Amino acid sequence: MAKKFMFVNRKAPYGSIYALEALEVVLITAAFEQEVSLAFLDDGVYQLKKGMMPKGIEMKNFGPSYRALPDYDIDKFYVERESMEARGLTPEDLLVEVEVLSAQELGQLMEAQDVILSF
Amino acid sequence: MNFAVLVNEGPYQHEAADSAYLFCRAAIEAGHRISRVFFYHDGVNNANRLSEPPQDDRNIVARWSKLAEAHGVDLVVCVAAGLRRGIKDELLPPGFRISGLGQLIEAGIEADRLVTFGD
Repeated sequence: MAKKFMFVNRKAPYGSIYALEALEVVLITAAFEQEVSLAFLDDGVYQLKKGMMPKGIEMKNFGPSYRALPDYDIDKFYVERESMEARGLTPEDLLVEVEVLSAQELGQLMEAQDVILSF
Repeated sequence: MNFAVLVNEGPYQHEAADSAYLFCRAAIEAGHRISRVFFYHDGVNNANRLSEPPQDDRNIVARWSKLAEAHGVDLVVCVAAGLRRGIKDELLPPGFRISGLGQLIEAGIEADRLVTFGD
């Protein structure tokens, strides 16, 4: 029986390797036929920001990879409302379609998971 | 209970490697099983046999090897994260092996709990 895996992304896309390597785990998980969802909170909401141009810091732009995830049946993207609003972002600023949840709602969703991987 | 553990930080720089080890030891002493410890991000640096701390300090790398030998804990280093950081077969201490991220997901599926240590 499939388990519910949630990936909790809390770090900015550049500045440390967590976001990039977390995405690598998500892509591998797609091959295991589990129920996968992604949550973005704290600076992690910046991972979904449109218009990233990391060329100047000699980094690969991995933003487009998030858009490809629905092709692998990974299409549950949750964004924490408090984190998003504190950074002046709206769902229109983001690369993929997301469901915006309050910290409390997201907490309840986490409660229902089997495995939480936090990066 | 059957636990799997994820270590996301390097030794000495960060307490995660210590906490993960102490968790494993405490769980085993309490009669639980640690099926696998997976090393990811800078956590792969836990698998460097050239590490040589001062005599009066704990030896984090050797401690993992002893845990594997005494309790059959499967110590797995992520191949992609390891290659980035120069952790290859010839550098591995006893008890460690290199494999893919699938081993992390498999551990999450098979264990009762997957516990993450990191930032």
